[in-house]
Amino acid sequence: MYYTDTIAAIATAAGNSGIGIIRISGSDSIIIADKIIKSKTGRSIGLCDKDSHTISYGFVFDENVCIDEVLVFLYRAPKSYTAEDSVEISCHGGMYVLKRVLDTVIKNGARPAEPGEFTKRAFENGRIDLTQSEAVMDMISSENEFSRKNSIEQLRGSVKDMIISLRGKILDECAYIEAALDDPEHYDLDGYTSVLDKKITDMIKDADELIDSSKNARYLKEGINAAIIGRPNAGKSSLLNMLLGYERAIVTKEEGTTRDLIEEKISLDGIVLNLTDTAGIRSSDNEAERIGIKKARDIAKTSDLILAVLDGSEKLNENDIEILSSVSRERSLILINKNDIDNRITAEDIKKYSEADIISISSKTGDGFNELKDKIKEMFYTDKISDNKQIYLTNLRQLNSFINARDSLLLVKNAIENKMTEDVFTVDLMDAYEELGRIIGESTDDALADKIFKDFCMGK
Amino acid sequence: MMKISDYDIAVVGAGHAGCEAALACARLNKKTIVFTVSINSIALMPCNPNIGGSSKGHLVRELDAIGGEMGKNIDRTFIQSKMLNVSKGPAVHSLRAQADKNDYSSSMRQVLEKQKNLDIKQAEITEIITDENNKICGVKTATGIEYEVDAVILCTGVYLKARCLCGESITYTGPNGLQAANSLSASLMKHGIEIQRFKTGTPARISFDSIDFSKMEPQYGDERITPFSFSTDPDDIQKEQVKCYLTYTNEETHNIIRNNLHRSPIYAGVIEGTGPRYCPSIEDKVVKFADKERHQVFLEPEGIHTDEWYIDGMSSSLPEDVQIKMYRSVPGLENCRIVRNAYAIEYDCIKGKQLKNTLEFKNISGLFSAGQSNGSSGYEEAAAQGLIAGINAVRLLDKKDPVTVDRSEGYIGVLIDDLTTKDGFEPYRMMTSRAEYRLLLRQDNADLRLRKKGYEAGLISKEEMDRVNEKEIAIEKEIVRLQKTNVSPSEKLNQILKDHKSTPLTTGITLEELIKRPELTYADLRDIDMNRPGLSDDVIEQVNIGIKYRGYIEREKRQVDHFKKLEKMMIPGEIDYDDVKSIRIEARQKLKSFKPESIGQASRIQGVSPADIQVLIVYIKRILNERIQ
Repeated sequence: MYYTDTIAAIATAAGNSGIGIIRISGSDSIIIADKIIKSKTGRSIGLCDKDSHTISYGFVFDENVCIDEVLVFLYRAPKSYTAEDSVEISCHGGMYVLKRVLDTVIKNGARPAEPGEFTKRAFENGRIDLTQSEAVMDMISSENEFSRKNSIEQLRGSVKDMIISLRGKILDECAYIEAALDDPEHYDLDGYTSVLDKKITDMIKDADELIDSSKNARYLKEGINAAIIGRPNAGKSSLLNMLLGYERAIVTKEEGTTRDLIEEKISLDGIVLNLTDTAGIRSSDNEAERIGIKKARDIAKTSDLILAVLDGSEKLNENDIEILSSVSRERSLILINKNDIDNRITAEDIKKYSEADIISISSKTGDGFNELKDKIKEMFYTDKISDNKQIYLTNLRQLNSFINARDSLLLVKNAIENKMTEDVFTVDLMDAYEELGRIIGESTDDALADKIFKDFCMGK
Repeated sequence: MMKISDYDIAVVGAGHAGCEAALACARLNKKTIVFTVSINSIALMPCNPNIGGSSKGHLVRELDAIGGEMGKNIDRTFIQSKMLNVSKGPAVHSLRAQADKNDYSSSMRQVLEKQKNLDIKQAEITEIITDENNKICGVKTATGIEYEVDAVILCTGVYLKARCLCGESITYTGPNGLQAANSLSASLMKHGIEIQRFKTGTPARISFDSIDFSKMEPQYGDERITPFSFSTDPDDIQKEQVKCYLTYTNEETHNIIRNNLHRSPIYAGVIEGTGPRYCPSIEDKVVKFADKERHQVFLEPEGIHTDEWYIDGMSSSLPEDVQIKMYRSVPGLENCRIVRNAYAIEYDCIKGKQLKNTLEFKNISGLFSAGQSNGSSGYEEAAAQGLIAGINAVRLLDKKDPVTVDRSEGYIGVLIDDLTTKDGFEPYRMMTSRAEYRLLLRQDNADLRLRKKGYEAGLISKEEMDRVNEKEIAIEKEIVRLQKTNVSPSEKLNQILKDHKSTPLTTGITLEELIKRPELTYADLRDIDMNRPGLSDDVIEQVNIGIKYRGYIEREKRQVDHFKKLEKMMIPGEIDYDDVKSIRIEARQKLKSFKPESIGQASRIQGVSPADIQVLIVYIKRILNERIQ
């Protein structure tokens, strides 16, 4: 069998299963699996020597950190779906764990699969009958559409700005070099290399920061802190249960440090939320309750996201009004619960006190849940829910492209250090430019020529 | 009506594309006739008086490697020569020569006249004639004679419905007042060919004795002249060279232009055609680059038997009275007399996407098109296309596989691919940045890359081919020797290293490793390389570059492998894109309009995504399989 590069992807549907499978295919798939899957004590389990169609037990290690306890299914070419050497790693579900395992696989030599790529390989290697080609074509285009939408959705505004700016800087340098090479009598490159060296160093520094924060993003490790607040019996606990019901893969479950706070960790399509259910807020003479209410207010102040719950079957009361007036517009959502019973609160009623977005839900029937989920995702990806204003890439394929772009910039720096000539700088600079374009969904085409003509007065 | 059936192939136009096309056909033993509106305009250089320059120099060397005439002709007629960018990487070294325009044209005319199988005819072609299968069968002249031929190559340059603009004055002629070809466009459109309108321009020519050169900086040619042609012996062309001069525009020049912009046909909206951005008129430069205080102006002689000088950098379509003031504001030109005014020219050209990479029309068998009429600009771009069209017209008649150049093989390939797979909205000029495998496509190795194409076509002799093969072997052998030769630190070696500011050795190292160091070259190590064979300069050059740029060259070679894979996947001509349901609508429309020949070409069409390409690959596999069954 000839050599093929090795691709990997999460094979199970996102977000709603107890276990998840990472699929790896290509010439190095077994070697990569062997590198990262070991015994509990970190010793090799000898995957490279195992027969085809065997199942092994082990632990996934990212360097020295154990990520998950897994089963490994091994397939040797041509007896696999793609007819290449393949490995399937069965992990414990939850997007966070799956993503970390996939990340580790990629770090060790695989690349993220393109949409439909496993099926395409199966087709190319004769594993899928030509009569099924219609289905293959449909799958490639629909998966592509899904992944395109998904990745655009997952690109946060601040990151996009950063990438557009970095890309612009790269093109500026390319255009300058090319203008000077094309028209040496009008533009010269004397002393340019040291200027470029400095600029590239800055670009690499910025890129490294983004890569670092993407890998260590607090939201990935710890999650977004979200507080559910509302007066007693507004339906806070039932909302919490509804959210938990969606995401059956609970990462951790721990009792609140006081009996008034209950924390749960859930994942909404890869965004981890630390939900805190607080005590009902109302004026109270009871000392214990007063302490609980104060805690609830404090939590609300320090949370990344506030879900303010109202009981829609009753009119607004003074406690509701106090809550509405106190929540910020930017990072809050107002949920009118119990829309299955009655709708006695209108948007106009709320607008008098708060400008935050409003969603009508029923934690009993599940109505409005998708809207709530989409809204939270939207707030996250548009940076409304802040994470210390840190910027990061959340989509693995995008992060991979970004790392490739940074590596190309390192090659430019390397070329400068090795005193290479200017014409080779653009080779790597344009590679970086192209990779960054992949992240924001823009092609290169004639960008460079356009830029040269726009910025430089060329020719006779 | 009289019909003449003496010829196999007709070439329409005898500019730089037409000359190469006609010569290639005749040299490949086809009875060929080349038509020109004026016998005095063969290989005319109506604009700049030079051949080559950045990336254009590459084209000329490639053309020469395949068996074209331009390189030889400029070697015969140049009056100054310079290798540009020598301080930069070898990939962007570019040869440029000033031509004696008159000599260039008459020398090329003589080559055509002496060529066996080739006749020249002064006549305007007004119609192309096709048969019921949409196959070309002849052309018709303005005087009503029909020439029956099996292939036609259109090289109409800027002559189709040409008009020249100089301020408010418009004349309906080609360059230099030559007769325009006003009928052929309609005939082409009747045959379903899509036409568009482009424009370009040229600066004034000024009389020698009215120029004060003392206010300008002289520009000299190279001490050692490099020929364009691989067949020219460098020793034969060393000669005394003319000087060019450099001066600058100033604020006054710019004010004159700004105050008269309303009289420029472009800014007044009279010009319909799209002009090139890279070759802007001085009006464009002043408007677009308003913050630039001055622009360079090069003065170049049109030849040694004429007093006319070309004002490079100041093309214009402003009225004559403004031109006089504008040129006279430039230092050294205070008293200049204009011999010929600057003007802009508008013309019809075809949309390149209608052509295959052989430059044959996709929908009319036997009809080819080459040169500026395909939407390119420049003598060199035109000549390169002419050669490829000529070769392939012959291949078609001989029922042989086409000889084409792809993007990984030469600038000629990049040029033709860009013209045929992109929507060109302005005259296309070659640039080194357009070549994605630039480090492989150097002007110094054009013979190694492309001689075999010329040999395959029949334009290159066995002896010439053998010479290239021997050169290739010598290069490889020498690189292997350098990789295997270890040198240990010695006083002599370390002294050489010190002299070149290179770190002295403490342990042994191969000669290859030493040559890789940026501060050292092959030649520097002569004294410590005891078993060095006697090699020619061009072999040494290749060895040096091959070692120094190894990493980049190998990387590009890997990319080329991937590129070739897609290029070789052909799309069946009768494919029905409406049947490929999973391709997005935008991509489907583009594919239907461009009709790409290969998956590689399809992947370069704007609006066709990688996913569309994957779907297309699966679809083609299926229909090919169905056909086998």
